[in-house]
Amino acid sequence: MTAYRSAPATNPREAADWSTGRVIRTNLRAMFGRAYPRIIGLSREPSWLFFEIFLPFLAVSAFVFVYRALEAPEEYIGFVVLGGAMTAFWLNVVWMMAAQFYWEKDQGNLELYFTAPMHLMSILAGMAIGGLVLTSSRALAVIGIGSVLYGVSYDVNQPLLLMGVFLLTMIPLYGLGMLFASLFLLWGREAFHLAQLLQEPIYFLGGVNFPLAALPGAVVGVVMATLPLGVGLDAMRQLAFADSGVEGVLPVGTEVAILAAMGVIFLIAARLALGYLEHLARREGRLTLRWQ
Amino acid sequence: MPDDLAIHARGVTRVYKAKPEPVTALGGIDLDVEPGEYFGLLGPNGAGKTTLIKILTTLLLPTAGTAMVAGFNVVTETAKIRRVINMVAGGEQSGYGLLTVREQLWMFSQFYGLPNREGWRRVDELVEITGLKEQSGQKIRTLSTGQRQKLNFARGLLNDPWVLFLDEPTLGLDVAAARDLREHTLSWKAAAPGRTLLLTTHYMVEAEQLCDRIAIVDRGMILALGTPDELRRRVQAESIFRIELDRLPQNGGLAALTDLPGVLSAVPTDDDATDAAGSDRVALKVALADDSALTSVVTAVAERGSHLIGLAKSEPSLEDVFVELVGRGFGDGDSARDEDS
Repeated sequence: MTAYRSAPATNPREAADWSTGRVIRTNLRAMFGRAYPRIIGLSREPSWLFFEIFLPFLAVSAFVFVYRALEAPEEYIGFVVLGGAMTAFWLNVVWMMAAQFYWEKDQGNLELYFTAPMHLMSILAGMAIGGLVLTSSRALAVIGIGSVLYGVSYDVNQPLLLMGVFLLTMIPLYGLGMLFASLFLLWGREAFHLAQLLQEPIYFLGGVNFPLAALPGAVVGVVMATLPLGVGLDAMRQLAFADSGVEGVLPVGTEVAILAAMGVIFLIAARLALGYLEHLARREGRLTLRWQ
Repeated sequence: MPDDLAIHARGVTRVYKAKPEPVTALGGIDLDVEPGEYFGLLGPNGAGKTTLIKILTTLLLPTAGTAMVAGFNVVTETAKIRRVINMVAGGEQSGYGLLTVREQLWMFSQFYGLPNREGWRRVDELVEITGLKEQSGQKIRTLSTGQRQKLNFARGLLNDPWVLFLDEPTLGLDVAAARDLREHTLSWKAAAPGRTLLLTTHYMVEAEQLCDRIAIVDRGMILALGTPDELRRRVQAESIFRIELDRLPQNGGLAALTDLPGVLSAVPTDDDATDAAGSDRVALKVALADDSALTSVVTAVAERGSHLIGLAKSEPSLEDVFVELVGRGFGDGDSARDEDS
């Protein structure tokens, strides 16, 4: 057996004395370390092709045929395909961000995250980055197949802005997921039911399968104030179908500002919720420990 | 000085909210563990061992009292403590099943901030040491329980911790896997002087084999603390020998033996070891004030026409110590807290 080796630090006080740079580097490494299983999962779990592309695509197809039967404007087909792609991100946020701490607790990972020297926000950020990479490939597949199969034509005059709005949408969306991660753990043992509860209502309120402007004004107001999926989707539809004549709820510039504000608010809220969760976990002794 | 100790605890108390009434998992623990010491907490389910580990690893706040690890306060200096400790629990299922052994260890190395290349080097080193080289490319969901626990042990050493907490590390392992893990722990002890181990277990052989000192814990209190030998001496001040003879001594018999200086008692044992021979063979339990009285006993036996067939010194086990202190065996306790299992 090869012998164990130990580092030459002279005492634990020296070993615990980290520079600010080392703290930052550790958190960045932790972030990418946590993203890794999600990214590598792309090639390890081919079943996602069926569950996360084919099945959602059936729902998209149903709306496509409804719109065609009703002789709705052709750009509605594009709206549905784009909405179908964005649902992949919402599913990812609900099941692989919001419910994740709950699963991690059951596996015993949460205890280890708490006792490791990085901030838990790095773990959440790692989950978000990994989820984003993983889900982007699924979303692109839905857009690609849907566009080809149903002959969607895009009128993109500002591709960089469209890409920017997409990325900006992801910040509050995953920020919301980070916030929910702590709240799910605080609220209850039935993360599964909470996740289900957040699925269909958000599809509806987010206007995933229809133009958001079709909803009553008061509902649209609530969506604009709380739901990054709805705001981002509305802005992206305006930019992806610029010449269609279909108007969004608000001008793109205003929606960009709303998304930016949501990003800041949700990330701060996630940070505060995480701090509260950690305090409560240590005080009550039931949130991080398995079988509690 | 508490700052110089690996672990320092004074009056550490932990009360869990519960219905119908709060449960006191720790009732005021005082404990000092020196750097480089391997220290064991030995006790039955519900003794409070795991609660103490959770407090020392910054997972739980004490309800009262002070605890320090590597000179840092567990309440106010959690970040510093987390840089110099690690923890491995028995039956741990941490990580992600789709990762390979190497990938899993690398991922955890990143949580401790090891640079990428150093992380892989450390991973490969630990994979080899723990005998997981053959499984290094295998997904962890395919590992056996023993292999899984070796992997957990390797994970616990990734950051070269100054204080390693092992919470029932051999729980659920078969005999060979448990022995293997104990050998790895001892190898780490030899290779990393100054590193401290806090082990919780309810396996006495494990505590005796691994630990320099042991605290016997029950219902949130330390009942006894010392080296394994010191603990044994607590329950047995006298020397006890089992002497097997071809027949009872003549000319006064057992009474003649008890009259000898230094002999406290001499009685036939109640075991049936002598029955099988179907002869006059007899086994005696002889209690002496100290070992030096043994010579006169052996001489007296010979003078009274008996021949010595066997001689063995009876050592109390740590379980004897526990039973003496608590008044019940390890398996007889009720669990104050399920978590402490």
